[in-house]
Amino acid sequence: MRNSTLLVLGAGVAVMAAGMVMPGWLTFLLTLALAKGLVVMGLLLLMKAGLVSFGQGLYYCLGAYCVGVAGDYLETQNALFLMLIAVVVCVALAAVIGLLLCRYRDIFFAMFSMAFSMILYGVLVKSSAFGSSDGFNVKPPLLFGWTPTGEPGPLMAYGLAVTAVTVVGIFVWNYLRSPMGYAGEAVRENEIRVEYLGSSVRRIIYIKYLLAAAMAGLGGGITALAAGHIDPEMAYWTTSGEFVFIALMGGTGHVAGPVIGAVLFELIRTYAFQISPYTWQMILGIALLAIILYLPKGVWSLVERFTKEKTS
Amino acid sequence: MKLVIAMLMDGVIYASWLFIIAAGLTLIYGVMRILNMAHGSFYAIGAYSGASLVGFYLAGGYPPWGAYLMLLGAAIVSGALVGILIERGLLRIMYGRDEVVMILVTYAILLILEDVIKLIWGVDAYFAYQPYTLLGRTKMAGISFANYDIALIFVAASICFLLWWGLNRTRQGKLLQAVIHDRDTAAFLGINVTKMFSITFVIGAVLGALAGSLTAPGISVMPGIGVEVIILAFAVVVIGGLGSVGGALMGALIVGLARSAAVHLYPEAELFVIYGVMGLVLAFRPQGLFAIATARKI
Repeated sequence: MRNSTLLVLGAGVAVMAAGMVMPGWLTFLLTLALAKGLVVMGLLLLMKAGLVSFGQGLYYCLGAYCVGVAGDYLETQNALFLMLIAVVVCVALAAVIGLLLCRYRDIFFAMFSMAFSMILYGVLVKSSAFGSSDGFNVKPPLLFGWTPTGEPGPLMAYGLAVTAVTVVGIFVWNYLRSPMGYAGEAVRENEIRVEYLGSSVRRIIYIKYLLAAAMAGLGGGITALAAGHIDPEMAYWTTSGEFVFIALMGGTGHVAGPVIGAVLFELIRTYAFQISPYTWQMILGIALLAIILYLPKGVWSLVERFTKEKTS
Repeated sequence: MKLVIAMLMDGVIYASWLFIIAAGLTLIYGVMRILNMAHGSFYAIGAYSGASLVGFYLAGGYPPWGAYLMLLGAAIVSGALVGILIERGLLRIMYGRDEVVMILVTYAILLILEDVIKLIWGVDAYFAYQPYTLLGRTKMAGISFANYDIALIFVAASICFLLWWGLNRTRQGKLLQAVIHDRDTAAFLGINVTKMFSITFVIGAVLGALAGSLTAPGISVMPGIGVEVIILAFAVVVIGGLGSVGGALMGALIVGLARSAAVHLYPEAELFVIYGVMGLVLAFRPQGLFAIATARKI
């Protein structure tokens, strides 16, 4: 375990260093992809327990707006402090909504979580103080008083994203190997037996929901800092649909799945948009169908297949 | 008083529109256990084909009353065509998968169809207002309503009646109810479940397209209308209980009236109130108002 943690840390440092030499567009694309990967890692926790949330956009958007609004009103641009606010607010909201959502399963969980994200969307679209449907610009962030200007600006957001993904990734990896983590799969298989074994299904799901919300808020906050602009579209159901798409694409078998899925998703979208601006959605749709049909466990299953062949 | 009448009428008109969309969605879910995201695309396809067909028809100088037949014809042809293509070509090989996976499959279809629509009709808006203005307006308690909207109420009522009659008073409907109740037993007793699926999906698709083509005269038809509509239809269907036609009717009325109350009293809450009502209903009736109870796996 120690070794794999070191490996992930090493990979994080390597990816961070690669950012120094990457072209600007790729840094930006990777930052957004990693931020989405964070959201999807949270989704992965829920999906392991058999719950598919079609409403992670709620916390993604809320995290972004927290960063934007706090940056404006609190007169602070400290990136880490803004992230902390985003995570705390998201977890606080999830603590209330989670109480209700824990009672639902399957399609009802999906629909109900979607309803909550649409409520936020509806509120934001009509609130002129936050720029209604246009959203508003986020002030450039600071890191411990250091103002990155020009070139290093995007690099800072990139560094934040890589650090966050590395830290959260290690956490999720260890969490999934803890009793609480294994309980998720048990809940998916059979809830009543989990209850017989003396665990509270509600508590298991509740904690997973809080963790997922925190990760989505973090992802949203990083997106806000990286993109410099936020709008209510982040809470629209299509954004949440994207997250589920990415989760399915990367596969839920491993923590790396969401990150690979997110990067792949952003690459496909960018190239599809460039090659044919009118049919990029169609290309995404076909990719999704192909994955459901031929790679039901996501892209990660390819990696697994490869390593298994090597060891056997 | 005037306000109350305006609120009620607007609410009922909006509810009839919602019901036509939601009926197809809930029917497909009830029989096939597929929550069809592509339903929004059926709606958009219906709207586009209705609007462009009416445009062609009126440009040819034929009697304007025929435009209503064009709307109906466009919905039936385009809905049936898309329905058959998708069910036979794609969904058929996906049956038996998890409900949530099926949502994603239909989400993929939605993405594909959105671009297919853009490829066929382009990105410019279409207008087919003639059928809307042709019927004129009626004054009711000092408020003027478009007759087309009032006619929509009757159309929704007849669709509701036809669905009820078809499901409860015909042989095919009874067989379909058997499939809804227990798919395996129905297949075991010799009902052709696959055929039932195809027919249901086509009927659902036609209903979605019909909602689109009937709405087309009142709006400007442009890209993205399907994506907005599907989420409203979900709210309606979930409030009423997935798979129940009566539930869709109740859900449509609740959402329609709540929205029109919000629009007249506090416009900022227009979108909020729809999902707020949905949350409130689900908090007390987790499966919706009219859902059939299901057993839990032990």
